[in-house]
Amino acid sequence: MINGAEIMVKCLENEGVSVIFGYPGAAICPFYDALLDSDIRHVLVRQEQNAVHAASGYARSIGKPGVCVATSGPGATNMITGIATAYTDSIPIIAITGQVRSDLLGRDVFQEADITGACEPFVKHSYLVKDTADLPRVFKEAFHIATTGRPGPVLIDVPIDIQQNKLEEFVYPEKANIPGYKPNVKGHAVQIKRAAQLIRESSRPIIVAGGGVLTSGVKLKLVDFAVTTGIPVVSTMMGIGVMPSEHRLYLGMLGSHGKGVANRAIHESDLLIVCGARLGDRAVAAPDQVSERSKIIHIDIDPAEIGKNIKTTVPIVGDMRDIMERLPKEVGDYHVPKMWDETVERWKTELFKIPQTFEGYVEPRGFVAALSKMLPSKAILVADVGQNQIWCANNFRIKEGRFLTTGGMGTMGYSIPAAIGAKFARPTREVVVVCGDGSFQMGMNELGTIAQNHMNIKIVIMRNVRLGMVRELQKNLYKGRYSATMLDDEAPDFQKIAEAYHIPSAFASTNEEAEKIAAEMLKSDSSFMLVCNVSPDTPSI
Amino acid sequence: MKHTLTVLVENQAGVLSKISGLFSRRGFNIDSLAVGVTNDPKLSRMTIVADGDDYVLEQLEKQLNKLIPVIKVKAFEEGNYISRELALIKVNCTTQKRPELMKLAEMMSAKVADVGQSTVTIEFCDTAEKGEVLINLLKPYGIREIVKTGTIAIEKGAASVTS
Repeated sequence: MINGAEIMVKCLENEGVSVIFGYPGAAICPFYDALLDSDIRHVLVRQEQNAVHAASGYARSIGKPGVCVATSGPGATNMITGIATAYTDSIPIIAITGQVRSDLLGRDVFQEADITGACEPFVKHSYLVKDTADLPRVFKEAFHIATTGRPGPVLIDVPIDIQQNKLEEFVYPEKANIPGYKPNVKGHAVQIKRAAQLIRESSRPIIVAGGGVLTSGVKLKLVDFAVTTGIPVVSTMMGIGVMPSEHRLYLGMLGSHGKGVANRAIHESDLLIVCGARLGDRAVAAPDQVSERSKIIHIDIDPAEIGKNIKTTVPIVGDMRDIMERLPKEVGDYHVPKMWDETVERWKTELFKIPQTFEGYVEPRGFVAALSKMLPSKAILVADVGQNQIWCANNFRIKEGRFLTTGGMGTMGYSIPAAIGAKFARPTREVVVVCGDGSFQMGMNELGTIAQNHMNIKIVIMRNVRLGMVRELQKNLYKGRYSATMLDDEAPDFQKIAEAYHIPSAFASTNEEAEKIAAEMLKSDSSFMLVCNVSPDTPSI
Repeated sequence: MKHTLTVLVENQAGVLSKISGLFSRRGFNIDSLAVGVTNDPKLSRMTIVADGDDYVLEQLEKQLNKLIPVIKVKAFEEGNYISRELALIKVNCTTQKRPELMKLAEMMSAKVADVGQSTVTIEFCDTAEKGEVLINLLKPYGIREIVKTGTIAIEKGAASVTS
């Protein structure tokens, strides 16, 4: 005989899960009990939202789904922001929640929350399991749904009696069979031919690469295609890393907080090849103007993204992996005209400018650039949300590593838990967090997780004692009427917080100091906190 | 513009809330939604009448298709389908007026479902548009209550939702 909780653990083992992130509670206790007899490593986080962010960092770093666990009621509701963040960023997550006894559902008993109902808008799919015998099928389907097509979070809510009930034996299904779920991965041959035709006829084409390119694992193919054809590449925030920042054809991140040259390149192009990007409002503010000027090829695995934000000349529904295999062959020996080549070359020289500095402060943009040059090629940089995110997005010189941040939801407090997940996925890689003093204070409880697991994560806090991004907005759009964007100059003392968790730290108020400390901290294999004093007047861009 | 869609779904708990939730959060306007089980007890079929331009219709179909329990979505083309809506209309009616009302019902191919001391309840099953015509004709009598099922629709000829 085997109980439901043991079945859940066996399902995870069958899916090759080795690390999960979670926080226990009464309604998930049977699962936690069964976990003791498994080799799966459980990482105890300090708040359930961070379990999801950690799972997200894990998933993005290793290309497998991240698994997180919480109890019913508040444990589950705390997860919602994490789940919503993973949903907008299309990250494969399996979120498991305990639930009150199935015969008590709907009676508002202690720690009962309708979590499948509450998460409805933020999950790719969800299950409320009503029969222990359904567990193997549900887990098989959940992993299949989370990882195929456009990835996303899947929630499995398991009442405690379903975890306790016993079955004769455990059989894990070999395949998921879901009649209403058949994602289309193969691009339509005619559409690929039409797209190739457009490319051959274009004189100023540009590739707009999004997170889908990274999800499909075809960045090298995309770089090959760009190099062969001479087509320049800009990326969305989620697409940063599709090409090394210093590559001659890479023109930076587009959008309202992106690089001027990237936006100019979009403006002057006659053909956009949009790859695995949804082109949200922060990426393209006036999509109608773009589609009036240029032709647009839109490649995405999610048909609902095509035509949603921007009018498309040639849509291709499919996996970038398939399209990148076939499209370059159809395009043949096309190369962009010399004039476009030269324009791109000129823009490239303007991409990285030396920013204005402020006396007595670390210039964050210059420091991010300097820091990234010190990092190993495959380092993972995790940025939080706010000015720190934009400083990193525009100045991190990525090579073969990853840039992790939340592009769609923009959830403050993402960086530290996501870095924890990334480090568990890639223990040998250097993992560096860059956050603001606002976002740090939303995620700093996870220093406990870092300390408890003796992790090596470097944390850089850009301390400007402001909620800088909102303050900048208030400066520009609200006539400098600063409302609730001031933090406390006196407290907290970040270094004392680091000390409380036995994490060594240092403070820098010039770039020279910061760079010296950074070089030292990267030599050590323990965690480190570097607090950079940043001027409140440093702009995002 | 009104669109009539038929949606084949897995017959399981929570599907209706998934679909109605999708409509409200994406800002689609539903005129009516009717649902019932099909000849395959594992499947239910919904008929949704929604309002919106072509962009809205395209998004509606695509977003519905993304829901895992949704098996098939089909937007019907004008003139290619038959639609019906059942309405029960309770109107004021004294005994003196009764013959006149019965006559009207007969003319419109409506049935008299119930006769009371001071009311008559008319049962009418036809397109939503014809239902509106009848309701307008009944207004002078004084309408007490109207209850409708929402439109259901099926394609003409041999075409089926899965073809």
